Amino acid sequence: MSTTAAEPLFSKKNKKLLSDPLNDNNPITVQVLGICSALAITVQLKQAVVMALSVIAVVACSNVIISLIRNMVPNRVRIIVQLVIVAALVILVDQILKAFVYDVSKQLSVFVGLIITNCIVMGRLEAFALGNKPWPSFLDGIGNGLGYGVILVIVAFFRELLGSGKIWGFKLIPNSFYEAGYFNNGLMILPPMALITVGIIIWVQRSRNKKLIEK
Amino acid sequence: MSFDVNSNKYTFIFSAIMVVVVAALLAFAAESLKPMQQKNIRSEKMQNILSSVGIEVEAAQAEETFNKFITEQVVLDHSGNEKAGTVAFNVDILKEYKSGGQQNFPIFIYTAESGEKKYIIPMVGKGLWGPIWGYVALDGDLNTVAGASFDHKSETPGLGAEIKEKWFQTPFKGKKIFDASGNYVSVKVIKGGAGENNEHGVDAISGGTITSVGVSEMVERTLKTYENYFKSNKN
Repeated sequence: MSTTAAEPLFSKKNKKLLSDPLNDNNPITVQVLGICSALAITVQLKQAVVMALSVIAVVACSNVIISLIRNMVPNRVRIIVQLVIVAALVILVDQILKAFVYDVSKQLSVFVGLIITNCIVMGRLEAFALGNKPWPSFLDGIGNGLGYGVILVIVAFFRELLGSGKIWGFKLIPNSFYEAGYFNNGLMILPPMALITVGIIIWVQRSRNKKLIEK
Repeated sequence: MSFDVNSNKYTFIFSAIMVVVVAALLAFAAESLKPMQQKNIRSEKMQNILSSVGIEVEAAQAEETFNKFITEQVVLDHSGNEKAGTVAFNVDILKEYKSGGQQNFPIFIYTAESGEKKYIIPMVGKGLWGPIWGYVALDGDLNTVAGASFDHKSETPGLGAEIKEKWFQTPFKGKKIFDASGNYVSVKVIKGGAGENNEHGVDAISGGTITSVGVSEMVERTLKTYENYFKSNKN
């Protein structure tokens, strides 16, 4: 990237683009974006990971593409242009999932398509990629995708463990527990518990991160 | 840039080029991934057919295993007569069912290494939220159920969706579809429990009544069409 030659690839500013969304400016817990899909596909860890990877790919790629053509896009149709690019990338991801991980794609069903409407994607394009160079935009996309993915994986970990006693489809809670009277918590499978889990994560994060404590 | 990015002319040209490029790209991707996607769908169907006779197989081995064990495929018309010229595997009964009624009634004949035969009948029906479908396998006497597998499009997780689970499917095994005097009774899904010695009933799902009724109706209606075939092929 010749335009960033004056600045090292991973300068402090660029690193911040990656790390900020993971904690201080997390898209789910701080900006409260993309909640809908976070509720729907966190029943199993595997689904959550595939979904997270899909979102990372879509945000990063669309950020780079928009950033590359940012000076060519007519201002009046910029939202439509963003939408077309995001939609095209999402369809690509959907087709690839159907071809290579068919069983997961069946479980994710409509939610892959709904990445198009994930506020994180459009939000980053509008707020960042339209005004920044491709490399920072790429980092910003990866960072925000990861920030979303991390929360998804944490929520899915607890929901799968407590809801079905499994992790990644493998039984983790030994049978002796069940014989001793342990039950899987069926409520964890249902969407309300995802919301409550996200709420607990927000609570823990806010009580430990001084920047987020409101006066 | 020397020209006006926000002029009408430029906006139109830009949009037109973008649409063409994106469309071409997507069409190319869809076409090149199509064979793999169709193979996945084929493998899944084979896996489902095999699982009704108790064979669990990985997607990669589905084709090979299917060709080895499914030795014969027959298609009947709606009055139960054999129909020539239609390949059972290619019949899409869900599509037929949705567009007004099933026309082709396929049978997959499974031959074990011991020479024992099982007859696998695919079926479709209606659940609470969408279609349900499944396969019921009969033993060589064409009376005893050898196994069943069901699946659904959008039944409620934890309730109707339980038809996918082993605990619901396993009790079908060993049930009889004809009574002692040879009259067709099918296997019914009974609300409140079928009782231990019921040869023609299995337990329904609590909280999944409509899906259970759907399964019951699907099994009864579909197997009814095959009644004559069963009676004439009984050994």
